[in-house]
Order: sequence, then structure tokens, then C-alpha cells
Amino acid sequence: MSKKRLFVKGNEAIALGALAAGCKCYFGYPITPQNDIPEFMSRELPKKGGAFVQAESEVAAANMLLGAVSAGIRAMTSSSSPGISLKQEAISYMAGSELPGVIVNMNRGGPGLGDIGPSQGDYFQATKGGGHGDYRLLVLGPGTVQEAYDLTIKAFDLAFKYKNPVMILGDAILGQMKEPITPWEPEVPEKEAKEWCLEGAKGRPPRVIKSLYLEDGALAKHNLKLAQKYAEMKKEILFEEFLTQDASLIVVAYGSIGRIVKSTIRTLRKQGHKVGLFRPITLYPFPSEALQVLAKEGKKFLTIEHNLGQMVEDVQLAVCPYAQTDFHGHLPGNLPTPNDFEEPIIKALEK
Amino acid sequence: MSKVVFLEELCKGCLLCTQVCSKKIITQSSRFNKQGYKVVEIKPEDLEKCIACGFCSLVCPDSAIVVYKSVEEKEPENV
Amino acid sequence: MTEKIMFPKPQVLANRPTHYCPGCHHGLAHKLVAQVLEELKLPEKTICVGSIGCSVFIYNYLLLDTIEAPHGRAPAVATGVKRARPDKFVFTYQGDGDLAAIGLAEIMHCANRGERVSVVFVNNTIYGMTGGQMAPTTLVGQKTTTCPGGRCKDREGEPFKMAEIIGSLGGTAYAARTALNDIKNIQKTKKAIKLAFRAQLEDKGFGFVEILSSCPTNWKMTPLQANERIAKEMIPYFPLGEFKNTLGE
Ligand SMILES: Cc1ncc(C[n+]2csc(CCOP(=O)(O)OP(=O)(O)O)c2C)c(N)n1
Ligand code: SF4
Ligand code: SF4
Repeated sequence: MSKKRLFVKGNEAIALGALAAGCKCYFGYPITPQNDIPEFMSRELPKKGGAFVQAESEVAAANMLLGAVSAGIRAMTSSSSPGISLKQEAISYMAGSELPGVIVNMNRGGPGLGDIGPSQGDYFQATKGGGHGDYRLLVLGPGTVQEAYDLTIKAFDLAFKYKNPVMILGDAILGQMKEPITPWEPEVPEKEAKEWCLEGAKGRPPRVIKSLYLEDGALAKHNLKLAQKYAEMKKEILFEEFLTQDASLIVVAYGSIGRIVKSTIRTLRKQGHKVGLFRPITLYPFPSEALQVLAKEGKKFLTIEHNLGQMVEDVQLAVCPYAQTDFHGHLPGNLPTPNDFEEPIIKALEK
Repeated sequence: MSKVVFLEELCKGCLLCTQVCSKKIITQSSRFNKQGYKVVEIKPEDLEKCIACGFCSLVCPDSAIVVYKSVEEKEPENV
Repeated sequence: MTEKIMFPKPQVLANRPTHYCPGCHHGLAHKLVAQVLEELKLPEKTICVGSIGCSVFIYNYLLLDTIEAPHGRAPAVATGVKRARPDKFVFTYQGDGDLAAIGLAEIMHCANRGERVSVVFVNNTIYGMTGGQMAPTTLVGQKTTTCPGGRCKDREGEPFKMAEIIGSLGGTAYAARTALNDIKNIQKTKKAIKLAFRAQLEDKGFGFVEILSSCPTNWKMTPLQANERIAKEMIPYFPLGEFKNTLGE
């Protein structure tokens, strides 16, 4: 266990977390603002006996991930929004084939080419499936660099536990922000995929990993099995509550925005405003029950996002019929500061 | 003496075997199998013409033909 | 005197009827792959990467650990498998729509990187599974359901010669084109598959065999006429032979 502190960017923390978690293969394609991840991996992964491949496209990178994890090893790909759109084909296949790929999205502005600045415009894509078909990813939304490290390690554990792709949804702020972290070395289970991985049919019947189900009723059965798995994932729900107990207004925000809002809350508290923060950490499964508990207590809600309203729909579903949530959307193209949120929070509080 | 066994239920009546047969003794029969395909056969009187080249077995996409060849014990394995 | 079976059915080939149309060369190509795998003693260490096309059910016929790749992506999936488990034998089995249209980038880069994987490429000049549409390998003048007047060179371009293209790439250790239209060519195909597999086993590089095959159903021909078409129309445009061989044989 190393107790050494490191001063690193969020992108590097994710790469370090992946190495600590025993990631053996990384497949990437350059795109800002996540290039530190493939650059770090190309340098460090081979030293640990792993394989780095710069793929010909994000389509190929995600399909390489599909192949690598089918062999039962821990592997990862990362990209940013336009590249994540291209990965959706393989992500859907991984969900359908029950494969534990880890995918990192350092969200940038969109739609289309958008910009290279921070945004939370991919919340829907990440949490509602993203590709074709009826499926979900486990989605983790780190708010700090340390959390980026910790949740990356967790992403691998969860992926193998549920045999499901896991997405780490960060953004350009988290990726570029430098903070001190305390790295730690988790215990990596050996042979965690022994029961299902492909390694040649020696002394046992052949294994087939596929998502095609043509026989009568087979796909329905498969979809039900997946749905059961998604229901079970609720055990993994994570969130942070900050000064919510006596608050009359709860601000709901995730990722970098959640962290910036936390600063705003601190300032407003000093001024005597009874405001608190609820920060979902698992974005799927979404911490609906915990929000509902707060709603039943009669609190007001304000959802703040770096987009024009996506997670707010999940918050609204969670708090109704006990409450409504207001919404404040920070536009892409600029970096929000804690000051930017003071006015909308006070407005919502006084409503 | 050689022996040719048709696994009739696997046959799809494609007739590829009839063409490669060195002695052209495989022909379409008038029988249908359970899959509904008209299967091939070698007439009993033609069987002795078979030289067990095995080409029909090699060409069959459905592995519906097994060709047995009588060999001297010491003859090297065919590859 | 004893009895010996000529060209015995490989064990790794399942004992069940295939879903392929009568005379379809996929069944024959599967059988040759199975024979080579057994002769090289590979089945127990093989991971097969299937593709999307008529051969999508390959795992029902070849009793191997198998992963289904999305349409065209088998070479990327195979790259992932092989990088994860360099000690395993990895091959893809792909049709011409899969490999030469939607999957062109993946096959080119996989070969160019010299991935230690092997590719069995079944070129039947048509999209079989979806009902006979034009493929990137459809011959000029050939009628399909999406070029009903025949492929037009000025409008749709000329068919891709994949074996030559792959053979020209640095990472390729072996690239050949063979056919399944007669016994001689079937035997040559088997040899080529073996060399493409050995390119991987001997760590020489990427191995590729393009197999000119029939799709009697969508060509609207009998299987015997289809064989004639391979000889008369396909081979003149798609010459048979090796386009790269660094195995020294
Ligand atoms: C992304 C995507 N696009 C299209 C299809 C539909 N599709 C299934 S098979 C196929 C073509 C297969 O043709 P080919 O690769 O030539 O193989 P064949 O069936 O002739 O053996 C297509 C286009 C698909 N499954 N996925
Ligand atoms: S080649 Fe096989 S399937 Fe075709 S007719 Fe002969 S035995 Fe039947
Ligand atoms: S459609 Fe063509 S390629 Fe597909 S099984 Fe039939 S003959 Fe074979």
C-alpha cells in the first residue's frame, strides 16, 4: 500500500486507477479532452505487461475492448463525446453479450463536433443505454480527482460483478483539473471470469458469447434476465449528501458541477441560507429513493447541470409527487465558477 | 472393395457430389428426406465401380457422405 | 486389410444439419477450417470470432469457443482477444459484405498492424443473408437486388480485390486467394488456410485467405452452375494465387 500523495490531473487519476485495478489492455483513439489517458497508458501499460493499442477509430477501439474482455481480462477504452457515440455499437453488444468492459467518457460540448470544453450533455446517452436496444450501463460520475481514481477501480469490480459494461462519466473539467490524490492498491481477484471467459474449449464444452437470440421467446427471456440484473444493481447506489439535514432547498448536481455547487453551498451557508447538496455518484442506478426521502420531508429542489436539462428528469421522477424540482442549466462553452450558481440557488430558495 | 454411405438426412440434394465423382456413378434418387430434399444415391450395381477417391465426401458441404476404402495394414495414413 | 475413411469428418465439426442453402460453399469452407484446426491440433486453444452474414451461426457448426462480433468488426474483436490472450489461436470468419464494406477499416488496420490473427474470408460477390444485395465484390455487370441492371463501373465502382490489397500491407505474413469450385481448388484452399493459420502460429504476422465461394440461392443458379460461374466469371477477375508469403514455403 503506497501512502504517497500524487498531484495529478483527473485523466491521469483514471489511468492510474485502471492500472491499480489490474487493467491489462487499453484501446483508444485520440480526442480532446481525454488524450492524457491514452498517452499515459501507452507509456505505462506495457511496463506492467499489458497491451496498448491505438485503434483506427473509436468503433474499432470499443470492439477491441469487446474482444479483450471476452477473454476474461480487465480492459478499458476511453474517449470523449463524439468518440463515445461511435463506441455505442460495441457497448450495445457488450450489454447484450454480458461483457464487463469499462468505458470512460470525458464529456465535451455537443451536439455534433460541439467544442472541446466541459459539458454534461451526454447524461442521457450514458444513463439511458446510449446505443440500440433495451439495456443499461452502470454509470459512475466522479466529482474529484481522488474520486476519479477510486471509482475507476470500482468500475472494474462492478463490471465483473455484474458482467455488464460500466461507464465513467467525467468531463473536461475533471480531466484537466490537477489535485492531490492518495493512490491505493486494491486486491484484484484472480480468475474472476473463469466460469465464462473464452480461452479455448479444453476439457469442457465450447462457450459462445453472443447477443443473437432468434429462437421463440429467447430474446424476451434474455431481456428479462438483463432487467433483473439492472434491478440488482440498485445495491450499488452511491451519493453524497452535504448539509441536507436542516436544508430547506436541496441542490442536486453531479460530477464537476456537483463539486462546484458544493463551494457555492458553503458560501451561502455562511450567509445563513439553509441550502444543501445532493450529489448522485452512481448516475445509473440513480439514487431515486434517497431523493424521495428528502422530498417527503418537504424540501424544495433545484437541479443544476452543465446542459439544458437531462438529469433533471430523473430528479423530477424521484421527488414527485412530494415535490417539484427547479432547474438551472449552465451553458456549454464556458467554465462555471461557484459564483455563477449563487443567484439561481437563492432564487429557487426564495420561490 | 470400397463402401459409400450416404447420411441421407443430412443431404440437401445439391448434386455437387455427382459432378466430382471420378466414375460418375452418383445420381439423384427419387426419394425425399425429412428435410424435403431429393437425396442422391449410388445404384447397387454401380457400387463396384467406386474407386474410393473420396472426392464426393470432400466436396459435400453437408458432410453427408462417408467413403470407406479398404487398405493394406501397412499403407501410410492418408492426409 | 482394414477400412479407412477418406477425408473423415473432423471432430470439431458438429454432427448436425446446417442452415445453409443446398450447395452453399459456407458448409465446405467450415469443413476445411475444421480439418486444418485439427491437423494443427488447435481446437482446444482456439477462439473463433464470428461475423454477421449467413455464417452468423458458425458456433453451431464449429465446436469452438466463439465470440460474435458486430457486422464488420471481427478483426477489431480478434485484435482484442489476441492482445488479451497472446497464447491462444484466434481467427475470424467473414463474408464479403462484412469484411470489404462495413469492416474495411478494421481488416486493413488489423492486417497492417500485423496482428497475430488469421482471417478466413468468404467472397461470394453478394450479401447472402440479407437477400442478395450488391457487395463491394459484386462483379461489374452482375445483377443483384440493389443493382438490378447489373453493377455499373461508373456508378458503383469496380469490385475490391481484397487478397491483393491485404497482401500489399506490411503486417501481412500470408495472403492468398483460392476457390471452392473443384476438387483441385478445394485442396489448394485447405493448404492456404493452413498457411494463413501457420503465419499466426509461427509469429510471422497476419494471415489471410480469400475463398471464392458460391451463393447459388442469390445467384439464382443451381450449385453446379454456380461452380461454373466461379470458373468462368470470378476467377478471371479475381486471380487465384498467393499475394504474400513470408513463411518460406
Ligand atoms: C450494422 C449492421 N448493418 C447491417 C446489418 C445487416 N446485415 C446482416 S448480414 C449482412 C450482409 C452479409 O453479407 P456477407 O458479409 O457478404 O455474408 P454472406 O451472408 O454473403 O455470407 C448485412 C448487411 C447488420 N447486421 N448490422
Ligand atoms: S454433395 Fe452432399 S448434400 Fe450435395 S447431393 Fe451430394 S450428398 Fe447430398
Ligand atoms: S444465401 Fe447464399 S451464402 Fe447464404 S446460405 Fe444461402 S447460398 Fe449460402
